[in-house]
Amino acid sequence: MALTQYKYMDIIHRCFRCGYCKFPLDWEDVDNCPSYARHRLESYSNGGRLWLIRAWITGEIPWSEHLADIVYSCVACKNCEEKCPLSFSDDIINMVTAARNLMVDQGLVPPAAKKYLENVQLHGNPWGLGAKKRDQWMADLSLEPYRDQEFLYFVGSEGAYDSRAQSAARALAGVLQKAGVSFGVLGNTETDDGNEAELLGEDGLVEVLAEKNIARFAEHGVKKIITLSPHAYNALKNIYPRHGGEFAVYHYTQVLADLVRAGKLAAPKLAPVKITYHDPCFLGRWNNEYKAPRKVLQSIGGVQLLEMGRNRKSAFCCGGGSGNYYMDLLGGSADSPARIRVRQASATGADVLAVACPNCLSMLEDAVKVEGLESKLMVKDISEIMYGTE
Amino acid sequence: MDSVYAALVEIVGQDYVSTRTEELFTYSKDLGTSEPQWPDYVAAPATAEEVSRIVQMANEKNVAVVPLGGGLSLAGLALPLKGGIELDLKRMNQILELNEKGRYVVVEAGTSHGKLTAHLHKHAPHLMHSEPGAPPAATIGGNLAIHGQGDLGHPYGFNSDMVSGMEVVLPTGEVCRFGSCALGNSWYTLHPLPDVSMFMGWSGSTGIITKVSLRLFPCKKIQEQDAFVVEDEELVPDILYELTHVGMAEDMMVVSQEIPPPFNRLHYILINISGDSRKELEFKRQLMFDDRLSKYIQDGTGGIGAGGQEVPRPVVSKTSDWRKGGGFEYVGAIMPVTTYPECYKSGVEISGRHGIPYTTLGRVLGSGHSMMFSWTFAFNRADEETVRHARQALHETDEKVLELGGTLWKPAVFGQKLLMDRMDDGTLQMMQKVKHMLDPNGIMNPGNWEVA
Amino acid sequence: MFELQFDESKCHACVTRDCLTRCQYMDLDAQAAGIEMEKIISGQDSRVLHECRTCYACEEYCPTGNHPFYLIVKRQEELGITPLPDPIIRQGIQVGVPFRGDPEITEINGPVLNMGVFSPLARLAQGKLFEDLTRISTDSRKMHHFFCQLMYLHFARTSVINQRLPGVIETISAYKPTEVVHFHDECYGTYTSYAPAFGIEVPFRSIHLFEHLYNRLTELREEIRPVNYKVAYQRPCSSRLSPDAHAYVDKIFDLIGAEHVSRRYVDENALCCGSTIVSQKQEGSRRFCLELQEENIEDMKQAGAELCIFNCPACMQTMGKQVAENGIMPIWMSDLCRMAIGETPA
Ligand SMILES: Cc1cc2nc3c(=O)[nH]c(=O)nc-3n(C[C@H](O)[C@H](O)[C@H](O)COP(=O)(O)OP(=O)(O)OC[C@H]3O[C@@H](n4cnc5c(N)ncnc54)[C@H](O)[C@@H]3O)c2cc1C
Ligand code: SF4
Ligand code: SF4
Ligand code: SF4
Ligand code: SF4
Repeated sequence: MALTQYKYMDIIHRCFRCGYCKFPLDWEDVDNCPSYARHRLESYSNGGRLWLIRAWITGEIPWSEHLADIVYSCVACKNCEEKCPLSFSDDIINMVTAARNLMVDQGLVPPAAKKYLENVQLHGNPWGLGAKKRDQWMADLSLEPYRDQEFLYFVGSEGAYDSRAQSAARALAGVLQKAGVSFGVLGNTETDDGNEAELLGEDGLVEVLAEKNIARFAEHGVKKIITLSPHAYNALKNIYPRHGGEFAVYHYTQVLADLVRAGKLAAPKLAPVKITYHDPCFLGRWNNEYKAPRKVLQSIGGVQLLEMGRNRKSAFCCGGGSGNYYMDLLGGSADSPARIRVRQASATGADVLAVACPNCLSMLEDAVKVEGLESKLMVKDISEIMYGTE
Repeated sequence: MDSVYAALVEIVGQDYVSTRTEELFTYSKDLGTSEPQWPDYVAAPATAEEVSRIVQMANEKNVAVVPLGGGLSLAGLALPLKGGIELDLKRMNQILELNEKGRYVVVEAGTSHGKLTAHLHKHAPHLMHSEPGAPPAATIGGNLAIHGQGDLGHPYGFNSDMVSGMEVVLPTGEVCRFGSCALGNSWYTLHPLPDVSMFMGWSGSTGIITKVSLRLFPCKKIQEQDAFVVEDEELVPDILYELTHVGMAEDMMVVSQEIPPPFNRLHYILINISGDSRKELEFKRQLMFDDRLSKYIQDGTGGIGAGGQEVPRPVVSKTSDWRKGGGFEYVGAIMPVTTYPECYKSGVEISGRHGIPYTTLGRVLGSGHSMMFSWTFAFNRADEETVRHARQALHETDEKVLELGGTLWKPAVFGQKLLMDRMDDGTLQMMQKVKHMLDPNGIMNPGNWEVA
Repeated sequence: MFELQFDESKCHACVTRDCLTRCQYMDLDAQAAGIEMEKIISGQDSRVLHECRTCYACEEYCPTGNHPFYLIVKRQEELGITPLPDPIIRQGIQVGVPFRGDPEITEINGPVLNMGVFSPLARLAQGKLFEDLTRISTDSRKMHHFFCQLMYLHFARTSVINQRLPGVIETISAYKPTEVVHFHDECYGTYTSYAPAFGIEVPFRSIHLFEHLYNRLTELREEIRPVNYKVAYQRPCSSRLSPDAHAYVDKIFDLIGAEHVSRRYVDENALCCGSTIVSQKQEGSRRFCLELQEENIEDMKQAGAELCIFNCPACMQTMGKQVAENGIMPIWMSDLCRMAIGETPA
């Protein structure tokens, strides 16, 4: 694909670089774009990035590794789309992704992104771990393979492979069992959901992954899917229909909220505990689900829910989106998004930082350690809290 | 390694310095029609001390230093005309003190207006500062460096009239304070010491403002906007005279623009009023509409176009998108209110000639002591021809302003020259002396306000 | 151009002169009303042309279906006696100018919901009550192509309506609707009252939103849970053009278990929201408008209303906030109906 085929040439010049997109909804500060918050140079702001992309496309500046880093350091958190007042705002991330499409096409992506995509392509997960190991997270759990149960539990790559996220994956399985939900899993025949591959600009790979998963679902006649990860939720709900996938998709917090409401799931009772909740971008801004996770948390005895100033549409991203939980282009600083986020969480006085995403879980837990907040703040997935994981 | 680069890294840290094409490109442009001007370095200091060290180093190495806030002034004022170090000040964004009873707030100069508004909203909801209509990323320091005006312009004038103290890093590196804070007192007043603060309006060419104490004013519970509409521009000065006589408004602007159609060839006098109760608002409205303006209503020449609208945060940047082109720039000038009709007509005329839908706005400053009048020209960033037209229209407007007896506000270099050409000799020499005294090596934002 | 079909002989034979004697804003007895009506008919100046608040009510009061209000507006324009200041009229006329391209039209061959000039409110028309309708005019950049123009009755400009309306009718017709449910009373009034009165042909069948809601609610009767609110209703001016449809208000309230409070300013006695009165040229209009609104809301309060039901966006915009500040919750009729079938209001 030649640069001239850039898909958004007719709108990318419309960004005025006015910077509304840096703010949260309450205008608290210019630092709600994770990539800008980390670097504080205009080149890393959304407007700067769009102008750089355009300059690359028009030949004003040449490609460089640094340019690729900038283009890949957007974590697709959608804060900018929320805030930009102009009518093209819905296409901001598309504009970035389209530039990545070109970079992928020309082999010009940052090494970490290249590795990520390669691993997913060869092994079905970002870490390049053996595809056959995908079901190890549930080795000692007696989970049924999916046959014709009501739900398929789609665990996703993080839940299957990331040691921290595995705990959430297991906890969720436990909670679902406890509530008597009829569900099954795909084990080794599941593959990566492709959400990040899409954002990283590797359309061909997304297609392969989507088709693979969809074929598997179709084989078993899957109609309803529960995902552990909001990223998988987004892929299955918003990307798969383009590839012919037709099924109802639920993020697990939605299912738990329903179960609690229907009285089918008794929430645990805890000793009084203050919890603050971090909205994952792919559940919140991408899919507008802010209520279900909060309802679940509020159903738990002893919980006092404290909100961070940046919540819901204004939530500050953990910095892990768009493959960055693996590539870590925003790491290495006190201003790394995850570290900023745990400081925000800690400032609420909460004992527990609750998340509903395996990426956020590992990003934020690492950040808590680096910030030396382990004794004050525990990071837990809602599934773990509901299951009573210590 | 380049010694300036090494020094910058040493001062602000590796992460916040760059000489890479991507950063240099990004800082070579602003939002308006200016030609790109490439810096050699970009650095983002976090403290006044870092700023001071950078400036000292720049004097030693004889490289230019150009302060940058939000970069929203549109006239190329923060572009490095002579290369050198572009200093992005937005990391200096701490709100240092909020004194409620004393009604002032001390902030670092790179704090955005949006942040300050949000902070007050949260911590002192009954206080406000005068926020410019610029995008909220505009900084306090940048705004003062160009004598900005905000939404309390009608009662209290220019934003630079609302300063209670200031800290500045001089072009030679010394850190100076002005006002009561210079005595080690709290930051409650700028006067009555001898006036040596020569930084506001200088576009950063005499020093870098690092801290500011801003006056805060009562913020009432209910804020609403009414509009009084007239078709005949000649009536506008009289109506503003009536309204400023009662002095009930907070912000008053007269808007006329070709797009969208309801604004075309009409003049919307937007009146922001506030009150702690409905009763207070109604009292103000009675004075304005029933007492002073009813004659226009009854003879059919003026009418209440809207009442009690919420006051939204202005999203003026939408102007940039009317041509689906991502750009606009305006000439702003401080004008006598009586020139409104001429200003408006020239806007329609000049815009028409350049094929740009006209957009004009006048904001009342003080009790009608002057108004900031702006002529906005939108362009399509992807179409060089439209950029050229806008640039030409801006130049023609600059000249028109002077013809009308106006004073250009935050002029680009082109306009600065026009002004200095007309300035009293004595004044001009004084400006030159000030600049030489403060900036002997000519490193601070060179190219701006340079007396030939 | 189109001519108002006004039958003078009906007025000559008219004894009660309800049009003007019942006017809430002027105090005229039958005799004085006769004299003023005569002046209006013959094209002379009349105090009515100056004092009319443009509330549309006389259209409803006239027992013979003659069109007194349309005639008043026409004469106001002819004689240059405008209720509003010139710049407000110019502004109003310019509001209706489409400037962002033409709508994309596809044939629907089924029932449609015409959002008119209220595309941004399309969210109100969702859920089961609307599921059989295809919405048209959903793009706010293009909505002025669907603007029924009737607003200009407040601006003494039947000429503008007559000039623009045929184009609007053409736009809507191009969708090939089998019937058109109008989101706004004003559109319904345009196509069922104004257009026929001026001999403007309307090739589609119009249905009032309330009739549609009533029918749908009847179909969904099983799902209705009584809302059990005491409600007041803010009747919009254009509802005066369709008194038959107004009857659905009480019928809907019956179905959904809302108690329509009995108050003074209801039905034929309803008060105008004041959205244009506030700007009128008559001395003291602004104060007058405020007092009118206060009286109206006080009346709702006295009657014990918990909710005030709106159907017209202009009424909502003008009075909604004030109603809320008086402790009565403003709510759209569509939302109230949706609540009754267990849906969450938009
Ligand atoms: C849509 C729009 C609307 C606007 N409306 C208004 C308005 O209503 N009122 C108004 O006043 N302005 C308005 N502006 C102009 C401008 O955006 C504002 O004045 C803004 O506050 C400038 O601040 P900044 O931080 O963006 O300054 P910059 O553009 O970054 O800098 C302005 C000048 O000051 C210098 N400078 C920056 N920071 C410092 C510092 N700390 N010390 C010394 N010099 C410094 C720079 O070198 C430059 O010369 C508007 C602009 C836009 C785009
Ligand atoms: S994306 Fe929108 S808000 Fe952000 S800089 Fe560009 S135009 Fe402004
Ligand atoms: S999506 Fe998030 S990280 Fe990317 S530019 Fe927007 S705000 Fe920044
Ligand atoms: S318009 Fe109707 S009510 Fe009025 S006088 Fe004529 S017939 Fe009678
Ligand atoms: S429109 Fe209303 S105010 Fe005017 S004459 Fe008819 S009833 Fe009276």
